[in-house]
Amino acid sequence: MRTLIASLLVICASNAVAQDVLIRGATVHTASSKGTLTNTDVLIRDGKIHSVGSGLSADGAVSIDAKGRALTPGMFAGLSTIGVEEVSQEETANDAALSLGAPAYEMQWRPEFDVSTAYNSRSVVVPVTRIEGMTWTVLAPGTARGSNFLAGQGAAVTLDGRRDAVLDGSRSLFINLGGKLNSLSGGSRAAQWMLLEQAVHETRNRISDDKALMHPLGREVFGRYLAGGRVVFHVDRANDIVKTVSLAKRYGIKPVIAGGAEAWVVAEELAEAKVPVILDPLANLPSSFDQIGARLDNAALLHRAGVKITFSQFEDSHNARKVRQTAGNAVAHGMPKEAAITALTADAADIFGLGASRGRIAPGQAADLVLWSGDPLDVTSVAEQVWIAGKAIEMRSRQLELRDRYFQRLKQVTSK
Amino acid sequence: MQPTHARGVMRRHVMTPLLGVLLSACATAPQSQAPTQQATTATASNTPAPYTSTYRARASQATLIRGATILTGTGARIDNGDVLIVDGKIAGVGTQLSAPAGAKVIDAKGRWVTPGLIDVHSHLGVYPSPDVDAHSDGNEMVDPVTAQAWAEHAVWPQDPGFQAALEGGVTTLQILPGSGNLIGGRGVTLKNVHATTYQAMKFPGAPQGLKMACGENPKGYYGEKGQAPMTRMGNVAGYRQAFADAQAYRDEWDKYRRELAEFEKKQQGPGKKDEQAKPPSPPKRDLKSETLVGAMNGEIMVHIHCYRADEMAIMIDLAREFGFQIAAFHHAVEAYKIADLLAENGICGAEWADWWGFKMEAFDGVMENLALTDMPKNGCAVVHSDSAEGIQRLNQEAAKAMTRGVRMGLDISREHAMKWLTLNAAKALGIDEVTGTLEAGKMGDVVIWNGDPFSVYALAEQVFIDGALVYDRANPPTRPASDFLLGQYDATEGSAQ
Repeated sequence: MRTLIASLLVICASNAVAQDVLIRGATVHTASSKGTLTNTDVLIRDGKIHSVGSGLSADGAVSIDAKGRALTPGMFAGLSTIGVEEVSQEETANDAALSLGAPAYEMQWRPEFDVSTAYNSRSVVVPVTRIEGMTWTVLAPGTARGSNFLAGQGAAVTLDGRRDAVLDGSRSLFINLGGKLNSLSGGSRAAQWMLLEQAVHETRNRISDDKALMHPLGREVFGRYLAGGRVVFHVDRANDIVKTVSLAKRYGIKPVIAGGAEAWVVAEELAEAKVPVILDPLANLPSSFDQIGARLDNAALLHRAGVKITFSQFEDSHNARKVRQTAGNAVAHGMPKEAAITALTADAADIFGLGASRGRIAPGQAADLVLWSGDPLDVTSVAEQVWIAGKAIEMRSRQLELRDRYFQRLKQVTSK
Repeated sequence: MQPTHARGVMRRHVMTPLLGVLLSACATAPQSQAPTQQATTATASNTPAPYTSTYRARASQATLIRGATILTGTGARIDNGDVLIVDGKIAGVGTQLSAPAGAKVIDAKGRWVTPGLIDVHSHLGVYPSPDVDAHSDGNEMVDPVTAQAWAEHAVWPQDPGFQAALEGGVTTLQILPGSGNLIGGRGVTLKNVHATTYQAMKFPGAPQGLKMACGENPKGYYGEKGQAPMTRMGNVAGYRQAFADAQAYRDEWDKYRRELAEFEKKQQGPGKKDEQAKPPSPPKRDLKSETLVGAMNGEIMVHIHCYRADEMAIMIDLAREFGFQIAAFHHAVEAYKIADLLAENGICGAEWADWWGFKMEAFDGVMENLALTDMPKNGCAVVHSDSAEGIQRLNQEAAKAMTRGVRMGLDISREHAMKWLTLNAAKALGIDEVTGTLEAGKMGDVVIWNGDPFSVYALAEQVFIDGALVYDRANPPTRPASDFLLGQYDATEGSAQ
């Protein structure tokens, strides 16, 4: 352990020049068809995984003895507003939702709104999240009072602290559906489908700007999603999920289901249509009339049916790190452990179009890696070291600064 | 899903407080006062306690759980140990216990056994599922002080969250009013059994709680409406006036009782009765002040939603000014800054493992909070949920906090951390003489886990309340306990297990 820290310090000190890193003797969860490899080495070069195998060597590389511990790809922190929402309930410190307060006929739909442009790489939430093994997230705009159920665009960001953090090819449109949004669609979910049809019509037909849902720029952006773009629909009720899939098919949209509390009911249809689901494995209560069928083995049932899934909490950006625990609970309720690790890494990357560059431990992939103290999904394990783009992250956060300040104080006063 | 209070003050709130008397047990006495058989409701008048418990233990068979890893809740661990439950009570804990005639013997090799878990902060029933307007019954936000409101009068026993919590090993829970008000009202402690009325869940003899709230919620809600409290100054002024009024009310009743005694003495004494004399008239009952008098008398446990260290210190001074004991600060995300002060004052910190940042007063949260609260001598750390999700896996919350404490260099064993879920919670609720540990004579509230309960993969396999098997994962109920869920989704549909 001491050597690990010492070598990491070297890495941190010289982070201007990317140095090779050789992680030796790890249990490597590749999240690929290669499965889990014991006593395996991983060589990092130029921010990428150079090779995976046994007996690797590299001159001048920082060498780390993993001592058999688990190494996984950096995990997905779920859909969040990390770096966009410093304090949720403070208006001046929360940029998560566009809320113009105008009625729909005043052109309230703004698909051109992109929440990732509000990302603050210096947010204290970024280190708090990444030192727990989450190396990237997808910024998803929220829906607030006076906003719209078409929330706008978001994108994946890497959490290594760079300002220009958006990952190419991940931009997506976010649409929230269901009874909770009734107040934003004139009192009925039926109007949500109606307005979506209207938006498609506006985009495809020449219409007067007067009384249109969208500005010309908004129509242009919306039109891009009608040409095979990825749209994340937050929808829970089984009937609504099927309707969403069929609407997406009709209009050439690539759908992703988020929420999906009742997705297990329509698992076969989702598998058939190859539609992935982002779900919260802990959502088992009938917390609304859209999720009466919520249950703890939703993840296991979807996985068994062949649906690609990943995990997220919703509206919990500060504690996004808890997603790893939620994956562990999916395992406790019937999902195979390797599948759950893959869901939080490779599958999440695939869902957001990033699978070619990250999410797996394989040559050519981004060197986003986590070395764990124990089982990667268990609550008694912690991330011992995180690398993003090949660089060892300093395993510190504002929370640890606070902890240490008061731990020292408490040690003094209690030792008297 | 976020904890209830984290969603903002408009709909939901934080918890209610518990009683002061019991709290004193946390810090200063090894054991708190045993509850009386029927809780006396704190009233300034002599009215007997209304809304009494109708809970009856389910019929049970003597049960010997054999060969398990036992965490007793007292801080002890017994490997390859046995727990014997007879007549609904723990009859023995140890090794090589023998089964009485007719007892059911459970081979628990490889299993772990703990006391039933206790949540000191729940809003099940008052903010139930489904979360609809008609069910929003946890915050009487028409006045900053609603000490007269009782959470128990709003508990909907059909909340499906109760069964979900039971499947997570929770056998006892306190339902609190929200944190929208300075003083939200009284909390109630329940046995987690399914019933048609809350009275049939009400924990016999458990004192009620008093829920108070610091900080952003009360001042934010009322301040926005242009009324007091608008600031933290106004918050404290509000508590002080309410308790000052209650003191005056208590004095009025004391005066009345003195005059009544004098009158009766005169009437019954030797000599001629004064036919003209009239007994004194009792003061008009004030339900608000009755609750606060109960708190000052130590009959009601005081539970305070409070995040910031500086505000907790002010509340300790408030308690000193009016002579009540604080049982626990709830949420207490800055408890780690003043863990010594809490311990000195016999106050528990009822906390999450990792929630933070949803509002300004939660910005300084750290994952070591529970471990640091626990660190001083007499430190009393309690894992709480404030959440219909969190209550289903309190054991995982404790595991996270224990892990962080150990990483920091503290020596925290599983048997010790188990106290955060059981004994310490029972102390904060004033029921530690009757439940919260596996000790002979206590209620047979017991959980058998399929493995180490500090693992994310552990599940409660069997849950006993007063010796009766109320949940068995191997034979799950084919119909939901809640009437609400009946006839909707079939629990056996497409199971992955």
